[in-house]
Amino acid sequence: MAEIAEAAQPLLERATADELKHYYYQMLLLRRFEERAGEMYVKAKIGGYCHLNLGEEATIVGLMAALTPDDYIFTNYREHGYIIARGVPPGPVMAELFGKETGVSGGRGGSMHLFDRKTNFMGGYAIVGGQVPLAVGAAYALRYQGKPGVVIAQMGDGTTNIGAFYESLNLAKIWKCPVLFFIVNNGYGMGTSVEAGSSEPDLWKKGASFRVYGERVDGTDVLAVRDVVRRLRARAEAEGEPAIIDAVSFRFRGHSVIDADRYRDPEMVRRGRELYDPIRKFSTLLLDHGVVDDAWLKSVADRVEREVQEAIDFANNSPDPKFEDLYKYMYATPVPNTPTAEDAIRAVKINHGEF
Amino acid sequence: MPVITYRQALNDTLGEELARDPNVFLMGEEIGVFQGSYRVTEGLLAEFGPKRVVDTPIAEEGFVGVAIGAAMLGLRPVVEIMTINFILVAIDQIVNHASKIHYMFGGQVSVPLVIRTPSGGTGQLAATHSQSFENWFAYCPGLKVVAPATPYDAKGLLRAAIRDDDPVIFIESLALYDTKGEVPEDDDYVVPIGVAEVKRQGTDVTVVSYSRMTAVALQVAQRMEQEGISVEVVDLRSLRPLDRPTIIESVKKTNRAVVIAEDWYSYGVTAEIAATIQEEAFDYLDAPVQRVAGLEVPLPYAKELSAASKPNANSLIYAIRQVMRGTKRLR
Ligand SMILES: Cc1ncc(C[n+]2csc(CCOP(=O)(O)OP(=O)(O)O)c2C)c(N)n1
Ligand SMILES: [Mg+2]
Repeated sequence: MAEIAEAAQPLLERATADELKHYYYQMLLLRRFEERAGEMYVKAKIGGYCHLNLGEEATIVGLMAALTPDDYIFTNYREHGYIIARGVPPGPVMAELFGKETGVSGGRGGSMHLFDRKTNFMGGYAIVGGQVPLAVGAAYALRYQGKPGVVIAQMGDGTTNIGAFYESLNLAKIWKCPVLFFIVNNGYGMGTSVEAGSSEPDLWKKGASFRVYGERVDGTDVLAVRDVVRRLRARAEAEGEPAIIDAVSFRFRGHSVIDADRYRDPEMVRRGRELYDPIRKFSTLLLDHGVVDDAWLKSVADRVEREVQEAIDFANNSPDPKFEDLYKYMYATPVPNTPTAEDAIRAVKINHGEF
Repeated sequence: MPVITYRQALNDTLGEELARDPNVFLMGEEIGVFQGSYRVTEGLLAEFGPKRVVDTPIAEEGFVGVAIGAAMLGLRPVVEIMTINFILVAIDQIVNHASKIHYMFGGQVSVPLVIRTPSGGTGQLAATHSQSFENWFAYCPGLKVVAPATPYDAKGLLRAAIRDDDPVIFIESLALYDTKGEVPEDDDYVVPIGVAEVKRQGTDVTVVSYSRMTAVALQVAQRMEQEGISVEVVDLRSLRPLDRPTIIESVKKTNRAVVIAEDWYSYGVTAEIAATIQEEAFDYLDAPVQRVAGLEVPLPYAKELSAASKPNANSLIYAIRQVMRGTKRLR
């Protein structure tokens, strides 16, 4: 079992001290970004639906640590952490949540629809399951063009119940697409537990009838996630062999910022946050191995605090998209009889009662 | 008469129909344990149990198909689709199967199914979560499509829909759930499917609307009165069948018409109504029919852009002013 071999290695053979410190920094950055995003939502700086990655930091950072710049990532709408861990600065991400022109999607997408072409972050998708076939398609394109790299099809546990997932597994396998179906198993899809929603609650087994290999990993263990992704990634890239990764974690809060989480026992949630906090677990590990000390942890906390505040300031000080640009991204190829900037200005005036 | 919210009217009706007919059952994502994404089914799992209030996995195509099949054997499923955006995953079952089964099999079996779902957008829900697709279903013969604007109509139409033997798409609106209105108690009234209502009498211009836009039209009508313009509001209530006679009768009286809907302008509901008016009341019109609808973009997230892309009271007032500019022809 490769999994056990990986875990049995001494810590500093699995990663350098600098790598370990970087993972810690990234996880803490995601944690604070999300906590502050939740606050900004309450202050009505952020609208719509907003889903946080709290509790999933190790899953995200471990995944990204295993990827190369050639790889592509498609996610669901709970994706702030992915785009940041992939290398996009927190400022433009926060600006997108604020609906600003400087946001990663130009303020057009919002929390659920982040995108960054430069890092091959191919989008957050808010219709459950929608991103899964797209990811297979991207993998198909890599294969077709003979390019290196793999594609990550990130999704939640609840998403493994939708038809598109199964069609995607089959297509990926018969067409040898280098794609990893990366399940963020936080135990719930809204108020539905994995056990209530899935006849096969061992989600990594769901590829069995498609002969797609699957594996479960502790999603609160950043190194374990990184290592399993590395291993299956290499095989996907070399052999066009898709695989499922079922990364188990614990959802710290309600489904979205506005979900009061009434359907989960508060005591269970309190204990879950204690037991499955990936950051606390990792800081203990680093301290125990003498990789870091308390002063270092404090300095990282300060740095993260400052960076997230800078992101908020950047978002606050950014301009809104202009009304005249309402139709700007409508089509890639301009053709006659599509609405213009003048049309936008005229329509907005009417809408604002300026007539 | 008691004043209750639109949400309460729906919740009460679902409870009453569950109690009335053992073949009625509810199905949908997060309707039970979670109490409904928008709390329309709150308390019903506790009252009726998991046989009658069925939580589903995220599998719209599957469970909508299951509901259709169950309806063919005489059950009366009332399915909730969390928002109309997600119904697209199930549209094949609805359009290729539910709508056709009674006709295509020579009337041997019917599909007494209701699909409830909120349509439209509020509060920066962005491109994938703010759409209006009721016209897609209204386009399809074999379906019935209703879209109540008030708690009274919500109750009466939901009763009618559940007791109807055909598939009914029941359009709700996030922005209406908290609105209030009078609803009689201990009164088993139904609002007939396929019948519009003149919600406000007027003489100068007819505004045709449904669902949330009827609420907007009624507010605007009040404001216009202060400007000396008398607005009649025809609330469609049903999109299929469409009550053309009520629309035409009103336009023949006022000689002017504005049609407002939240969906996109081209190929939307307003196009159908405007075409109907010019076909059946052309000689009565004193001005071209005006249409008010959503701007044709995937709804942007940014607050101001988002708000500006949806029709509102201002856009309706503008259209009313335009249509009033036409001079009255002598007949
Ligand atoms: C097709 C579709 N159905 C329903 C929804 C509403 N919805 C949004 S997220 C969600 C739960 C998804 O759960 P999971 O896949 O476990 O992801 P998580 O939110 O836990 O990250 C649901 C039902 C949707 N967006 N799309
Ligand atoms: Mg989940």
